[in-house]
Amino acid sequence: MGIVQFATNPWGQSVPIHIAFYLIWVSAIAGLAFLICHSIWVAFIARKEAHVEFVADVAANVPEKVARHSLAARLFHWVMAAAMLALLITAFLPKVGDQFPWVTYHWIAGLVLTAAIVFHIIHASFWMDFWSIWPDKIDIEDGKRRWLRATGKTAPAPRKFAKYPMENKMYHLIIVLAGLAATVTGVFMMKRVRTPFFTRNPYLFSDMTWGLMYVLHGLAGVGLIALIMVHIYFALRPEKLVITKSMVFGTIPREYYLEHHDPARWTATK
Amino acid sequence: MAIIRDIMPAFELYQPVTVDDTLRLLNQHGEDAWVMAGGLDTFDWLKDRIKRPKVVIDLSQVSELRGVREMNGGLEIGAMTTLTEVVRHPVVREKFSILSTGAEAAASPQIRNQGTIGGNVSQDARCWYYRGGWKCYRAGGNICFADTPTAINREHAILHADRCVAVNPSDSAPALIALEAQMVIRNSKGERVVNAEDYFIGPSIDITRMTVLRPGDLLTAIRIPATWAGAQFYFEKVRDRQVWDFPMMNVASAMVVTGGNIERIRIVVNAAAAHPLRLTAVEDAVRGKPPNAATGEMGGKIAIAGAEPLRYNGYKVPLMRNLVKRAIGGVEEVKWA
Repeated sequence: MGIVQFATNPWGQSVPIHIAFYLIWVSAIAGLAFLICHSIWVAFIARKEAHVEFVADVAANVPEKVARHSLAARLFHWVMAAAMLALLITAFLPKVGDQFPWVTYHWIAGLVLTAAIVFHIIHASFWMDFWSIWPDKIDIEDGKRRWLRATGKTAPAPRKFAKYPMENKMYHLIIVLAGLAATVTGVFMMKRVRTPFFTRNPYLFSDMTWGLMYVLHGLAGVGLIALIMVHIYFALRPEKLVITKSMVFGTIPREYYLEHHDPARWTATK
Repeated sequence: MAIIRDIMPAFELYQPVTVDDTLRLLNQHGEDAWVMAGGLDTFDWLKDRIKRPKVVIDLSQVSELRGVREMNGGLEIGAMTTLTEVVRHPVVREKFSILSTGAEAAASPQIRNQGTIGGNVSQDARCWYYRGGWKCYRAGGNICFADTPTAINREHAILHADRCVAVNPSDSAPALIALEAQMVIRNSKGERVVNAEDYFIGPSIDITRMTVLRPGDLLTAIRIPATWAGAQFYFEKVRDRQVWDFPMMNVASAMVVTGGNIERIRIVVNAAAAHPLRLTAVEDAVRGKPPNAATGEMGGKIAIAGAEPLRYNGYKVPLMRNLVKRAIGGVEEVKWA
């Protein structure tokens, strides 16, 4: 029982055609297992970090509500979320038994996601602090410290976060890889179906290249099942609700900012 | 074309004698079971060694599935009733002659003696890339070999193609849809009755199946209500070889004309898409109009709206337009049944 299915093409070559669809369940179960393990970890095992005192003169300069996400960034997030959910539903629901004409909805949602990603890349490159979402040296050092302390070992206290916590940055990195793999391959796969945008041409690439593209699309797709489950789980966790609300209203409270973020690494603005 | 090797791969053969036993076997073997009715479609697949089921369930001994019974002014036809029995049945000929004409258009007398009505409506696509064993969409792959720039696709779909462009080849299916037939399906959980037009599914819903039948399901009977008994019927099939062949396209219509105008009509074409197409837009447009050439012309134009011919099947567009025109307006050479 492999993770990739192969077929023989008209030239007698064995080529990959797509992933094995049991991976849908593997991903869903992996996502669920993570949620359960993380909940148990947080509730019963992880050592709580001590509350950190604010420096009074720093606190005085922090607005009551600290801007975390611009309107454009929030709109991008929710458009992307809607497109991503539509893509997962249209891709996998028919595979698990609820059949409907999914292809058109799937590529329309894919185009919306692609447009949103292109917008985000441009917006993040020129209007946002581009590097703020990528893990840096401090994040890696502090990540190590947090892990050691959470597992009961001795390590110096980690510094407060910059704009984004380490787990946010890591999640973003993984979703970038999975999302780009799915969208880039998906755009090419539109050459295989009838759309108003492209003339169908299944001979654009060799059977092997197409096969690898289908496999990559499938792996990214099933990977996104677990990733989205984890994302929604964290969005709903009580201690993360402030961040979730900031994705709706754009701001976080001053107290949260001072408790979790380092003003030297992320300057608070209104 | 596949090389016919004549010797079928080994499988376990079951020959149940009751529907209950059949359902038990289907439930027991699930996706490993292959249901064989008359065997005409089955033996192609097995001898070509393209389908290799572990279990074949031969329905030929299930007498409950045979015969035509009158029912509330209509008919119930057992799924294992042969096409010849359907064609010759006096009530079919008298009240629902479109079905006898459609069934008689299928294949040759020898094949109709063996082929069943259930098998005819449930047969698989005839696309030669698919039947040749290539791993196309319909076979679980990721390509339609018939919809490529160099494909030979003279018999393929002009409407409602979704990745796969194979067509449904049944001759009795459009007649049954025109007659508002219902398909009786049983499985281990019970019985369900599906309208004939919903029995067939296209690739947009499930690219690997032609009908709603799933592993464990058994088509047991086809019910024809009295609704269209004695209506004006038209059936025409166009094929390469008049002696016996699959349709390049066929059309079936049932019509009730009152006061010189069409009061009710159902019109269906097959081999234009992956499933028989009921032309509801045409029906709506011609209702209340006289069944003449002008109305037929209008219906024909509506019927082909959205047609997307492939490289070699452009002829199907005027063919469909004219078949629909004739099904509504009639032709001098072909009289109303």
